[in-house]
Amino acid sequence: MKRIVILGAGTAGTIMANRLRKKYKREVGSGDFQITVVDLDDRHIYQPGLLFIPFGTYEPSDTIGTRRSELPAEVGYIQQRIDRVMPEENRVYLEDDSVIDYDVLIVATGSRVVPEETEGLTGAGWGEKMFEFYTQEGAEALAPAMREFKGGNLVLNVTEMPIKCPIAPLEFVFLSDAFFTKRGIRDKVNITLVTPLDGAFTRPLAASAFGNLLEEKGISIVTEFNTGAVDGPNGKLISYDDKTVDFDLLVSVPVHMGAEFVERSPGLGDDMNWVLTDPNTLQSKVKPNIFCIGDATNLATSKAGSVAHFESEILEENIGHFIKEEPLAPAFDGHANCFIETGFNKAVLIDFNYDVEPLPGKFPFPHVGPLSLLRESRLNHVGKMAFKWVYWNMLLPGREIPGVKAQMALRGKHNLAQYTGGQPV
Amino acid sequence: MTTATIGGKTVEVDGEGFLQKPEQWDEELGVEIAKELGIELTDRHWQVVKYMRQQVLDTGSAPSIRSLGKQSGVPIKELYQLFPKGPAKMAAKIAGIPKPHGCI
Ligand SMILES: Cc1cc2nc3c(=O)[nH]c(=O)nc-3n(C[C@H](O)[C@H](O)[C@H](O)COP(=O)(O)OP(=O)(O)OC[C@H]3O[C@@H](n4cnc5c(N)ncnc54)[C@H](O)[C@@H]3O)c2cc1C
Repeated sequence: MKRIVILGAGTAGTIMANRLRKKYKREVGSGDFQITVVDLDDRHIYQPGLLFIPFGTYEPSDTIGTRRSELPAEVGYIQQRIDRVMPEENRVYLEDDSVIDYDVLIVATGSRVVPEETEGLTGAGWGEKMFEFYTQEGAEALAPAMREFKGGNLVLNVTEMPIKCPIAPLEFVFLSDAFFTKRGIRDKVNITLVTPLDGAFTRPLAASAFGNLLEEKGISIVTEFNTGAVDGPNGKLISYDDKTVDFDLLVSVPVHMGAEFVERSPGLGDDMNWVLTDPNTLQSKVKPNIFCIGDATNLATSKAGSVAHFESEILEENIGHFIKEEPLAPAFDGHANCFIETGFNKAVLIDFNYDVEPLPGKFPFPHVGPLSLLRESRLNHVGKMAFKWVYWNMLLPGREIPGVKAQMALRGKHNLAQYTGGQPV
Repeated sequence: MTTATIGGKTVEVDGEGFLQKPEQWDEELGVEIAKELGIELTDRHWQVVKYMRQQVLDTGSAPSIRSLGKQSGVPIKELYQLFPKGPAKMAAKIAGIPKPHGCI
């Protein structure tokens, strides 16, 4: 019997459970294969929806589902906190001291925000004028503060990279612009994005496109700001090199780290608890029978649901190869694809990978679209809002999304040269 | 790829002057690169530069500023005093390793 164990039943773990159960339908049916998933509760949060809670566009209940209902009935579900993985023993230890033995392990335990890592952030003012929106509780607490804000300096601070969904901070400031315009007090609110990056985004071409949008909307940006501490009572962000930014309302994107149990699992992760993973095969560096997917990896691509979706196709294939003792396919290219809400019912779409910048063009069908890359449009906004349906009904079940492939396509995109006046691809 | 002559040695660099071949580096070269950045290297600088270089050679990726602060033995605040224009970038440059890839 082969035992496949999946740690985490968030986006990536759920997709993998559904894919593997489909791939090994017969083996699972006959009991030759056993698939087991572990997570600590039964609340599956649709995280992309958290962005909309502070603005009242989504009610808190709009983002909450259950985990078990998204997993196939034939897959075992254990609700326990993972304590550690012992790669040499091929064994997972749970908090209640029970153990699970595996032949193949998939780590899909995501990333978490750790506001305590920043001096002062969870001190005086936390939950009053200092908030975050990367958790369900955080997003819910921020909603009334946004509703009741009377004006002053609204600061969105990205504490440190990497963060999940690196475009969410941009979306937050764009949506704030629209929100306070509708509330009729936009002229009383200064919106500032404070980031450790040297531009609005991690990639130069997209950074300049978003930089222009920020300017059009009258949103300020402070770059290369490495937040060392937060002074709640005086409303100040303080950088390691003693620069300061004043705020009346702070929305922080706190330091991110991998799951805590990684720290107690010999050789599995780095000092921020990201799992050391091969960038192309998704096999862990610690042992051949351990794989990693989603936010939990240390890979240099975005931590996003779309990335987990692209990775899942390659990981399914590589688990197949591994079980048959074949060489793995080094097929993952870092493909990421994100809708960016820009306010007033418009959005921008970007598509990129390890090596290729987000380029303008059409998506997913070359030259036809219907979606536009790197440009604001209403249809992109419709796409973003439809993502919730796609998430629950196509992404989690591991279904193919028409026209969208794991590996990034260059057809239908304008290349950099064309963007600056040269020839299309 | 372009070449540059630093302290009499010809080395391969990228557009921003980061060495592309770590094996072309030695400590004297590090001193020269630091001079160009306006830094006189002290023992504290070397502690960071050497840690940075070793990490990259061992693991293939550059440590984040937080890891650098935790693991190099030099706290983050001091890192910024030693390398005012960004510790990770400057230490990497002096250590003769390619520019750390920002996360995306
Ligand atoms: C505000 C916001 C907006 C976003 N917007 C977008 C977007 O527009 N598009 C997009 O593609 N992505 C977006 N994302 C990112 C996306 O939600 C994540 O990248 C995705 O959910 C990652 O999936 P994952 O399975 O790796 O991690 P998760 O879905 O976070 O799952 C990890 C699971 O592991 C479990 N776990 C962790 N530790 C333990 C333990 N010790 N024991 C047991 N279980 C454990 C957790 O409970 C969790 O269920 C957004 C995220 C946020 C926060």
